[in-house]
Amino acid sequence: MLHFARWKIAVIFILLAGCLVIAAPNLLSSETLARLPDWMPKQQINLGLDLQGGSHLLLEVDVKAVTQERLQSLTEEVRAALRKERIGYKKLGVRDGVLNVEVRESGQFDSALARIKELNAGGVAVLGIIGGETPELEINSPAPDLIEVRLSEDALIRRRTSAVQQSIEIVRRRIDELGNREATIQRQGEDRILVQVPGLDNPERLKELLGKTAKLSFRLLDLTVSAAEAKAGRVPIGSDILPSDEPGSPEFVVRKQIMVSGENLVDAQPSTDSQTSEPVVNFRFDTIGGKRFAEVTKANIGKPFAIVLDGRVVSAPVIRSAILGGSGQISGSFTFQEANDLAILLRAGALPAPLLIIEERTVGAELGADSIRDGRVAAMIGFVAVAIYMVLSYGLFGMFANISLVMNVLLISAALTVLQSTLTLPGIAGIVLTMGMAVDANVLIYERIREELGNGKTPISAVQAGFDRAYSTILDANITTFIATAIMFQVGSGPVRGFAVTLMIGVVTSVYTAVTVTRFIITQYLRRRRPSQISV
Amino acid sequence: MFRLKLVPANTNIPFIGMRNITFALSGALTLASIVLYLTAGLNYGIDFRGGTMIEIGTEAATDVARVRTIVSGLGLGDVQAQTFGSDNAVLIRLEQSADGQQQQAVADVKAALDKEYGAPVSYRRIEVVGPKVSSDLVNAGILAVLLAVAAMLIYVWFRFEWQFGVGSVIALVHDVAMTIGIFSLLQLEFNLAIIAAILTIVGYSMNDTVVVYDRVRENLRKYKKMPLEELLNLAINETLSRTTMTSFTTLLALIVMFIFGGEVIRGFTFAMIWGIFIGTYSSIFVAAPFLMLVGVKRDWSGNSAVGEKN
Repeated sequence: MLHFARWKIAVIFILLAGCLVIAAPNLLSSETLARLPDWMPKQQINLGLDLQGGSHLLLEVDVKAVTQERLQSLTEEVRAALRKERIGYKKLGVRDGVLNVEVRESGQFDSALARIKELNAGGVAVLGIIGGETPELEINSPAPDLIEVRLSEDALIRRRTSAVQQSIEIVRRRIDELGNREATIQRQGEDRILVQVPGLDNPERLKELLGKTAKLSFRLLDLTVSAAEAKAGRVPIGSDILPSDEPGSPEFVVRKQIMVSGENLVDAQPSTDSQTSEPVVNFRFDTIGGKRFAEVTKANIGKPFAIVLDGRVVSAPVIRSAILGGSGQISGSFTFQEANDLAILLRAGALPAPLLIIEERTVGAELGADSIRDGRVAAMIGFVAVAIYMVLSYGLFGMFANISLVMNVLLISAALTVLQSTLTLPGIAGIVLTMGMAVDANVLIYERIREELGNGKTPISAVQAGFDRAYSTILDANITTFIATAIMFQVGSGPVRGFAVTLMIGVVTSVYTAVTVTRFIITQYLRRRRPSQISV
Repeated sequence: MFRLKLVPANTNIPFIGMRNITFALSGALTLASIVLYLTAGLNYGIDFRGGTMIEIGTEAATDVARVRTIVSGLGLGDVQAQTFGSDNAVLIRLEQSADGQQQQAVADVKAALDKEYGAPVSYRRIEVVGPKVSSDLVNAGILAVLLAVAAMLIYVWFRFEWQFGVGSVIALVHDVAMTIGIFSLLQLEFNLAIIAAILTIVGYSMNDTVVVYDRVRENLRKYKKMPLEELLNLAINETLSRTTMTSFTTLLALIVMFIFGGEVIRGFTFAMIWGIFIGTYSSIFVAAPFLMLVGVKRDWSGNSAVGEKN
C-alpha cells in the first residue's frame, strides 16, 4: 500500500503543473493576455453563445424552390423546342413538381417526344458535378398525346447538395462582408445550415441579409401592354408582371428573358449620385456581362429596362445611350444603409434558393455576463459548501478529498481549454454538479475504510482494502453516468451539449483524482506520520 | 473525534420488509404521474411546442400588464407575459406560427416595444423555434432518454445478471415517470434542458443503484447461505451511509446552483434536485427489493468481477 510507483507520482505532478499552465490564462482578462509574450499559453475556455452573447441561427435551404425553378426554365425550353418544330401543344405547365404537356395532333407525338428527350442530354452537366452519368429527366407518357417530365431522384439529390453547398458559401461571404470573423457556419442534416455568430447584440441586420436571395437581373420592359391591361388578364407569353419599388408605378410588365444577370457582376459599392446626392450602388460587370450589356443597350436606346431584385423591380430607367464601359449604377429610393446592404448582397452573390430561418437563439451580451457572474458565484459557493461538509464528515481525510477536488476542478478547466469545447451555462451547472458527485468516489472509499477499521484492521490494511474494494464499484457507477452523458452529447445540441461535455470530462477526471490523487496523498500521510490509528 | 453523520454508523433498517408499502407507494405515484401526464399534460417550452420567447430588460421595473397589452395588440395570436427573475425583466411568449412569419413577429414586437419605451429596452434573449425544429427536438429528446435507459439495461445485464438489469431499469422508468409527473403537477416549463436533466438523473440514479447492487453481489459471494431478504437488507444498510452522503453533497451543490445560478437554469436545477431525491429513493426502495421479487442466482463462485483483487 505504501509503495507508490514513481511514474505515477511523476504523472500526478506533471499533470498538476501542466493543468496550472494551461488553465492559468482563463484567470486573465483578454487585454492582459494580449500583452503577454507570444511563447506563453493564451488559449482560454471557449464560451458558448449563451455566456458571451450572440446569435445561433438555423437556416433551411428551400430546396423545392430550386427544383421549381429548374422546371420553370425547362418549360421555356420545351416551349421553344416545340415551336421550332411547329408542333401544336396545349396545357404546358408545371403541376406538383411535374411538367405536363399535351400534343394537339397525335401524328406529331413521336416527334414531340423526341424533341423533349433531346433536352435531357447534358442537363446534369450544368451543375458541374463530375460523374453525372444518369439522365436528369424522367420522361413518360401516361396517356395518349400526354407527356410528363420530372426530375430524376439523382438529379434532385445533386441539385439539393449543390444548392446547400453554394448557400453555405454565399452565407459565409455575406457574414464576412459584415466584418464578423468569428462566425461558424456548418451544414446540418440534409438541407440545413447552422450559423453561430458570437458577440452580436442585434442580429436583425444579419437576419435581413441572410433572408434575401439577392437574385439580380437586368431585363427589358414589355411595352406591348400596360400594367393595368396585363393585370386584367392579358399577360403576354414570355413576360411577367412584377411589383415595383419605383414611386408612381406599383407594377411593371417585364420580359422574362434576362439580358444580364447578377452572376456577371464583379463588384458593387455603395456611393452617392453626383447629381441627386442620393445613395446608389455602383457596379461593374465582368467581360461577358459587359459585352452583353453593351449589345443590348445599343440595340434598345430610348427604351426602358428593369433592374429586378428578387422578383421586384428596383428601378426602371430609360436607356439613354449604349453603356459600353461595363459598369453601371442602380438607383432606387435607398437609404444609405440599404444601398450598403445591397452592395454587400451583390458582392457576395445570389443564393441558389431562399433561406428560411427555422430556429433562432439570440442572447444579449448583458444576459450572458449575468449568467457568467451567477455561474461563478454558484460554483464558488458550491465548492466551499461541499468542502466544508467533507471536512465535517471525514476530518483530515475530508481535507485530502478536498485537495483532490481542487485538482479535479483544475483538470476540468484545463481539459475544457485544451479541447476548446464550448462552456455553456448548463455546462457551469455541470461543473458544480460534478463537484457534488466527484466526492462520491472518495465517499465510497472512505466508507469502505470505516467498515474495514470497524472489522479491526490496522490503518494501512484498512486503507488498502478500502481502495481495492471500492474500485470496481467506482468504475461501474461512473461508467453508467458516462454512458448517459455520452448519449446526451450525441443527441443534444447547443447548451445541452455543453453540459454533457463538462459532465463527461468531470466523470473521467473525478475518478482519476479521487482514486489516484487521494491515494497518493493518503500514502504520503501514512508513510510520514505512521499513525497507529486513523479516524475516517 | 467529531464526525457529522447523516445516518448512524451501523444501521439495521428492514428496508426489504417495507417493500409492500413502498411498492404500493411507488406504483401509485408512477400511475398518478402517468395519469397527470395524460390529463393535465406538460407545459412544453418553445423547444417542443415551437413559438417565440423574448426576454426584455428595462431600467426601471417593467409593467407586465402594459407589455402584455402592447404585444397582444399586434395580432400575433396567444401572447403570454410574465416577470422573469427580477422586476426589471419580462418574458414574452408568442405561439407558434409558420416558419417565415415568426421572424416577422419578432420584428413587430421589437418595433412596438421600442416605440413604447424608447431606448432603454434591452433584448436579453430571443428564441424562435419553428415547427420543423420543434418536432425534431421532440424526437431527439425521446430517443435520447430511451437510448440511455436501453444502454443502462445492457450494461448492468452484462456486468451483473438479468434480474439486476431489469431491476435497475424499472427504477429508472420510475424516476423518469416521477420527474415528468412533478413537471405536469406543477406545470413547470418542460424544455430541452429538462431532457438533459432527466438524462443526468438516469445516470445518477443508475450510479446509486449500481453501488447497492455491487454490494449485493459481494454479499452473495460472501454469505452463501444467508436468506435473500436479510442479505439485501445488509447490502442496503452497509451502503446507506455512502448513499446519503453522496446524495447530500450532490444536493448541496445543486441547491447552491438553484439559488445562485440565475433564473435561466432554475428549472433545470430543480429537475435535478428532484431527481436526486427520487433516484436515491428508488435505488433503496425499488431496485433492491425488486431482486426479492424475482430472486437471484445464489452460486456466484467462479464469477469474479473485474477489479476485485482479493
